[in-house]
Amino acid sequence: MSATTDERLLETSPLRRLLGRPELGSVVGAVAVFLFFAVTADSFLRAASLSTVLYASSTIGIMAVPVALLMIGGEFDLSAGVLVTSSALTSSMFSYQMTANVWVGVGVSLLVTLAIGAFNGFVLTRTKLPSFIVTLGTFLMLTGLNLGLTKLIDDTVSTKSIADMEGFPSARDVFASTLTVGGVDFKVTILWWLGLVALASWILLRTRAGNWIFAVGGNEDAARAVGVPVTKTKIGLYMGVALGAWISGQHLLLSYDVVQSGEGVGNELIYIIAAVIGGCLITGGYGSAVGSAVGALIFGMTSKGIVFAEWNPDWFKFFLGAMLLLATLLNTWVRKRAEASK
Amino acid sequence: MARFRTWAGIAVAGALCVSLAGCSSTGGKRAEDARKAASAGGRAAVDTPRWTFAMITHSGDGDTFWDIVQSGAKQAAVKDNINFLYSHDDEAQQQAQLVDAAVDKKVDGIIVTLAKPDALKAAVARAKKAGIPVITVNSGSAESKAFGALTHIGQDETVAGEAVGEELNKRGRKRAVCVLHEQGNVGHEQRCAGVAKTFTGTVQNLYVTGTNMPDVQSAIEAKLQADTAVDAVVTLGAPYADTAVKAKQSAGSKAEIDTFDLNAKVAAGLADGSLGFAVDQQPYLQGYEAVDLLWLYKYNDDVLGGGKPVLTGPQIITKDQAARLAQYTERGTR
Repeated sequence: MSATTDERLLETSPLRRLLGRPELGSVVGAVAVFLFFAVTADSFLRAASLSTVLYASSTIGIMAVPVALLMIGGEFDLSAGVLVTSSALTSSMFSYQMTANVWVGVGVSLLVTLAIGAFNGFVLTRTKLPSFIVTLGTFLMLTGLNLGLTKLIDDTVSTKSIADMEGFPSARDVFASTLTVGGVDFKVTILWWLGLVALASWILLRTRAGNWIFAVGGNEDAARAVGVPVTKTKIGLYMGVALGAWISGQHLLLSYDVVQSGEGVGNELIYIIAAVIGGCLITGGYGSAVGSAVGALIFGMTSKGIVFAEWNPDWFKFFLGAMLLLATLLNTWVRKRAEASK
Repeated sequence: MARFRTWAGIAVAGALCVSLAGCSSTGGKRAEDARKAASAGGRAAVDTPRWTFAMITHSGDGDTFWDIVQSGAKQAAVKDNINFLYSHDDEAQQQAQLVDAAVDKKVDGIIVTLAKPDALKAAVARAKKAGIPVITVNSGSAESKAFGALTHIGQDETVAGEAVGEELNKRGRKRAVCVLHEQGNVGHEQRCAGVAKTFTGTVQNLYVTGTNMPDVQSAIEAKLQADTAVDAVVTLGAPYADTAVKAKQSAGSKAEIDTFDLNAKVAAGLADGSLGFAVDQQPYLQGYEAVDLLWLYKYNDDVLGGGKPVLTGPQIITKDQAARLAQYTERGTR
């Protein structure tokens, strides 16, 4: 090749390209956690155990995907955990109070949940307040509404059972069924999770909206200057989180028939942790949907692996924290090495 | 208000049924209304002055158990012509401030829980000094008298745990798991310790995140897969029993699921055999008796239990009683 070739046109080797992927570090971390528990916990490698781990990962992963996208777009959502509960409460109470087919409640809940997501995005872009404050406000309001409205409408703090209502069996099939593959039971949430990862990866890497998300998260002003619809992108990202919350919420409702109104607090941090372990930068502009899935997998393997290994439960949270820290450190180290080799 | 809600609900439901053809012919609110034929209208049964009683608990937000305590207290308040005030905070310091506020308000009686006794000692002493009678409920049986309360109504958590251990022995269980849904809750630790004390087999503790049901399910599932010899799972709260049943099914385990506390789903689970037994401490009774005993003290200077704690549990509930209790759990009083 002649010396005048533009460096942007240089061919990169497949290995180099692989090393530059944001999720590479987390994949190495996941493999390490997997090997660790495969050696220390006897029952970890059984098919049924792995299905349990996948289920635990999927319930985190369904939310970690849109949360990762939002984070790539440079924003936070602290209301994501209770929004799941709000979504479940909405469909349950609507169906019950109106004596409507369960699917009607599920549909109404989709509209309400998306509206709350849009509200987050709208307030954020209109007021220019940091997303931390806006979604903290929504978090507190939703926590109060979940309790207040449930108590007002149902007279108790949990919803009534909708298991005997029409539409329940088919809705349960969609959101909370179990599929048997080769004698092992898998929860349908795993399919939802994989589907969301594929959809989000396609949006991020193959569509114009994906470019907008990276641009908005990388440098908002520069993005606006070149004509990226910043407001639309951000509202869309918050509605994406709402969509994930709706799916998780319906799973919660349809697998347990009743919903406790105080649930969901604290889960928003777990989603954010999964996205960060998966290689999303807290400052925005960098990350991937696959990475968030690997992050959720690490979280699922760690939290359940500790149970499989039968360690002293008094130290459970300590083990969990230490494992997460190690996985993230390994992740960062691998990424640094990869970047240095470029 | 209630009537307006019902009418508005019927109107909207009617509109929706017509427009969406999406009505359920089974279950739902209409079925519940049909069940509730005519409930008793709340009217005072006595003509004593309208005293004000305040109840301050250590409950967190949205707790089913405390909801039942409250409904017991409210029902007694209606009967006894009492103006009933309820407040709660799971932070001990905040709870103490709420007690102080009630004293400042010069209420006629205070009902308080002593989950973290030391933090509430000063506040209870202040109430006594102001001449306000205090009754402790639920937790704090050991401290109640020393703090100057009239009496204590509740269940001893260790005793309740011991009852569970004995029942497990009776059922020939060998290896139990005690599922704690709040790490660091003293009452939870006492319950599991009580089980360990009387149970002749082995007990292992399992901590789960109570605010995240899928996590509770997958953790119990993992435990049952890791240790296939487990033949009993004891949950410490009614909502977790049903989740444990699901975990057992996924894990393909034969373990019996037993639980502390009752709700509609637990009653149904006991009746259909998916749950072994439940230990009830009768939260409705704790609220009802507290208000009633305060009224008796104000009206007639009566003190029940001779100053000794009045126990409301543990009551072991099995399949036989479950059918009878189902209607009461449905309306939220058991």
